Amino acid sequence: MNAGGKGWEPVIGLEVHCELKTETKLFCGCRNAFGDEPNTNVCPVCLGLPGSLPVLNTRAVEYAMRIGLALHCEVRPSIFHRKNYFYPDMPKDYQVSQYDAPINVSGWLELPDASRVRIERAHMEEDTGKTSHIGGGGRIHDADHALVDYNRAGVPLVEIVSAPDIGSSAQARLYASELRGILVATGASDGRMEEGSMRVDANVSVRPAGTFELGTRCEIKNLNSLRSLGRAIEYEIERQVGLLESGDKVVQQTRHWNEDEGVTVALRSKEEAFDYRYFPEPDLVPVVPDAGWQAEVAASIGPMPADRRDKLASLLGLEPPTRARADQIATVVEHGLDGLVSAAADAGVDVALALARTANEASADPDAARRLDVAGFIGLLRMEQDRKLSATQAKTVLADMLENGGDPVEIAKRRGFEALDAGSLAAVVAEVVADHPDEWQRYVGGEDKLVGFFTMHVMRATNNRANGKEVAAELRRLRG
Amino acid sequence: MTTPGDSGAPGTPGDRSSPALEIARDVRAGSVSARDVVERYLGAVDAVDGELHAFVTVLHDSARREAAAVDRQVAAGEDPGPLAGVPVALKDNLCTRGVPTTCSSRILDGWCPPYEATVVERLRRAGAVVIGKTNLDEFAMGSSTENSAFGPTRNPHDPARVPGGSSGGSAAAVAAGLAPLALGSDTGGSIRQPAALCGVVGMKPTYGTVSRYGLVAFASSLDQIGPITTTVTESAVLFDVIGGQDPCDSTCLERPAPRTVSALADGVEGLRVGLVTELVDGADQAVAARVHEAAGVLEAGGARVEEISIPELRHGLPAYYVLAPAEASSNLSRYDGVRYGLRVEAGTAEAMNAATRAAGFGPEVKRRIMLGTYALSAGYYDAYYSQAQKVRTLIIDALGVAYQRFDVLLGATTPTTAFALGAKVDDPWSMYLSDVCTVPSNLAGHPAISIPFGSDDKGLPVGVQVLAPSLCEPVMFQVAAVVERGAPVLAPPGIRAA
Repeated sequence: MNAGGKGWEPVIGLEVHCELKTETKLFCGCRNAFGDEPNTNVCPVCLGLPGSLPVLNTRAVEYAMRIGLALHCEVRPSIFHRKNYFYPDMPKDYQVSQYDAPINVSGWLELPDASRVRIERAHMEEDTGKTSHIGGGGRIHDADHALVDYNRAGVPLVEIVSAPDIGSSAQARLYASELRGILVATGASDGRMEEGSMRVDANVSVRPAGTFELGTRCEIKNLNSLRSLGRAIEYEIERQVGLLESGDKVVQQTRHWNEDEGVTVALRSKEEAFDYRYFPEPDLVPVVPDAGWQAEVAASIGPMPADRRDKLASLLGLEPPTRARADQIATVVEHGLDGLVSAAADAGVDVALALARTANEASADPDAARRLDVAGFIGLLRMEQDRKLSATQAKTVLADMLENGGDPVEIAKRRGFEALDAGSLAAVVAEVVADHPDEWQRYVGGEDKLVGFFTMHVMRATNNRANGKEVAAELRRLRG
Repeated sequence: MTTPGDSGAPGTPGDRSSPALEIARDVRAGSVSARDVVERYLGAVDAVDGELHAFVTVLHDSARREAAAVDRQVAAGEDPGPLAGVPVALKDNLCTRGVPTTCSSRILDGWCPPYEATVVERLRRAGAVVIGKTNLDEFAMGSSTENSAFGPTRNPHDPARVPGGSSGGSAAAVAAGLAPLALGSDTGGSIRQPAALCGVVGMKPTYGTVSRYGLVAFASSLDQIGPITTTVTESAVLFDVIGGQDPCDSTCLERPAPRTVSALADGVEGLRVGLVTELVDGADQAVAARVHEAAGVLEAGGARVEEISIPELRHGLPAYYVLAPAEASSNLSRYDGVRYGLRVEAGTAEAMNAATRAAGFGPEVKRRIMLGTYALSAGYYDAYYSQAQKVRTLIIDALGVAYQRFDVLLGATTPTTAFALGAKVDDPWSMYLSDVCTVPSNLAGHPAISIPFGSDDKGLPVGVQVLAPSLCEPVMFQVAAVVERGAPVLAPPGIRAA
C-alpha cells in the first residue's frame, strides 16, 4: 500500500467494457467494423427509427458466455432492461443493457501472482455512436456543431464488473492486463484499449488501513491505456488521502482523467447523477442458455493465459520459474506466441533458448511472429544451439526472417555468417591480444571488464561470427 | 329482450355482404379490374373525406400503380392472392416505404420511413392495394381521434360525434365505405373501441401473432396490429393474411398464427359463454341491453351462457394507465430532433431536444410521457410500475380461471356509444374510462373482437365484445360470426360513399 502513504488503504474495483468481435451488431444485421466510412454500417434498427425492433444476435450471447465461463462465472437466464437517458449519439435515447438479471454472475479472475479478484457480473449491452464536436478546438462547449457517426451504435459490448478487491494501481494494471489476455484467448474480443475496444473505468476509494468499512468512492473515466489506468489511480488515491488528511470529505463523483495534465477532474456528483429509469425491455424475450449450449460453449474456448503460462513453465522444468523466466513466459503468452516455444520444445530444442528468442526478439513484432515459419524458426534455434551461429548472428537472422521471411540457412549464408571453428577463433583472439598489449596487461592484472573490449575487437575482426562466450573462455585460457 | 324505445330491435338478421371478399373474388376472376375498384374508392374518398377527415394521406398515384400491377398479374394468369385488388387503409402509425408516416404528430414532420412494416408487406403479397394512411390520436394515445395534430375525424353516423380512437380514421373509413378493409393498432382498445363506435368489426389478435415490425411503438408489451372490417369473415381473412411469425419481431410467437377462416361456419352448439358482469354493469343501459340480446342470440344458437364476475378486471384500467405511459415515455424519447422529423434549433443538444419536444408533441402525449416518467423514477418504480405488473399478473390469472369454465367471454366493447366532439377533451379520466372494457385483453395478451350489434336510441352503433384465451382466435371468430348473423342490421351511416 505504497501509494496512499502509510495508514491508508486503497480499495479499487474496475468496470471493463469490451466490444465483442461478432460479424454483426447486437440487434441487427449491420456490419460490426472499426474505422469504416461514417454512417455506412447503419439500418432502421441501429438508427432506432420509429417502428423498428431489435433481434438478439445469438453469436453475441455465445461470446458473452465465453467470457463468463472463462471468468468462472455462473451463466444464468437473463433479461434485458432499458437504461433511459438522452445523448445525441444514442439513437433510441435509451441503451439496451442488462440490469438486475445479467447473463454472468459471481466469477473470479486469478492474477499471475496467484491473487484472486472476484467478478461480480459480466453483462451484455449495446454500444452508442460517436460524436465529433466541430469548431472551437473540438471542445464541447465551444463547438459550432456536432457530427454523429452511428456505425458503432448497437455494437455488442460485455461489461465486466469486478468486486472492490484490488488494492493498488499495480494490481489494477495487472488485472486489466490479465483480463485482456483472457478476452483475447476466448476469441470474443480483441481487447485493444487504444482503439476503444476495451474501455476501463476505475472505482477508487481509500480507508484507514486495517478497517473494513468502505470509503466514499469516485468513478474515473477516460482511461485509454494501462499506463493511464495506473497513473489515474495513483493520482486519485493521493487526492483522496490529501482530502481526508486535511479533514475534508471525499464527495461521490464521476471524474474524468486528463492525460495531458495528469489529473482527474469532476464530471458530475451523485446528486447530478442520471435517473436511468431502468425497466424490462419489452421488445426482447429472456435469454435462457440451456445446459447443452453452455457445455458446447465451454468446450469451444481454448486454454486461458494462466494455463498456458503453467504449460510453458512445465516445459522449462522449473517450478516455479525464476523471475526473469516468468517475465519471458508472460510476454510470450501475452502475445499469443506460446505455440513457437511448444513447437521448439517438441522438436527437442533447448526450451530456455526457444523461450528467450520468442520473448525477447519475436515478441517485438508479434504479428510477424505469428506468421513465422515454425520449421524455419526451429532450424534457426538449432543452428544457434549447435554453435553454428553466435547469439548476435542468430538475432540478426531472426530479425531478417521476421521482416522478410525465408530460410535461416540461406540468410546466414547470404550474410556471410559461418561459424568459426575453435582453431580459427583462437588465432583471431591471439591476434587481437597481440595488437593491444597495454589492455592485455591490465586484463591480466585483474581488470575483468576488458573482456568486453577484446570481444568487440574479435567480433569486428570476424564479422560477428564469433561466439561471445567462447571468446571470453579463450581469453581466460590465455590469461591462465 | 329488446328495450323499448331503443332502435336496436333486430332488423333482418342474416349474412352480411363482405365488400372486400366480393372485390377479391371478382378481380381474381377477371370480371372486375383492380384499377376500376381503386378508382371507385379514391373517388369516394375525394368526395366524402373533406367532411369525414378519416385520411391523413391519400395515395392516388401509388394506389393506381399497384392496382394496375394486380390487373397485369390477372391478365398473365397469375393469382395476385386472397386480397387481389382490395383497397386497404392503414393507420398512420404503420411504416410505409417512401410514404410519410406521421402518427398524427407534428414531431414526425417530413419523415418517410425507408422501410415497410411487415404487415404492409404481407398485404401487398396478398394482392391488396394501399389507398391511404388514416388519422389517429397522436401516437395512438386517445379514445376519440381528437388528439390528432391534423384535426379530428368525425363519426360517419353523426359528424358531431367522435369515431372513437385511437384508430378512429381506419374505423370511420371502413364505416363510410371509403375502404373495404383497414388496419389499426390496439394498445388498450384502440381497434375495438372505434369499431364499436362506428358500427364495424374490429379485432385485436393474441399478442405475438401479428408482427409489430414497422408499427411505431406506443406501449410495446401491449400493442398489437389488427383488422377493421365490415364483416367478421373479412376480419378472419385479413387476420390470416397479416398473422404469422416474423424474424424481425422477437416477441412474435414461434408458431404459426391460428388459421381462422375455416372455423367461421362451425356455430356455437355446446360452447360455454361467460357473460362478464364487470364488462356489462358499468355500461349505458342501451349498450347493456344489446349485450344481453347478443347473449340471447348465442343461447338460441345452442351455446350455454352463464354470468360470471371477475372482480380483478376493475383494476385493469389503473394498471394500464401506469404501464402504457411507462413504456411510452421510453418509446417516445427517440423523438429528440437529432435524426429525423421536427427540429427546433436551440443552443445545446439538450435545449434543442427540449424545444423540439415542447413544440412537437400535443398535450395528451406530454401528459402520458410525464405520467410514465414519474412511474419509472427512482423511488416510485416499486409503488407504480412493479405494482401495476402484479395487477397485470392477477388479471391474467383471473382470466385463466374463468377460461377453465368458459370457451369465450362476452361483454360490451365500450361503456357508451359515440360521444360528442369536445365532450371529454378536458377530462382525461372520463376519456380514459372509454377503454375500461377493452384493456383487460391487452394486459393479458388475449384476443378479442368487437361486433356491431344494433344501436342506441339515437341510432348510434353499439359493439359487443367476444374475448378468448391466447391463440383461441378460431373459437372467438366462430362465436363472433354467430353474433353477427343474429345482430340487427344497422342503418347506414349519414356520411358514406355514394
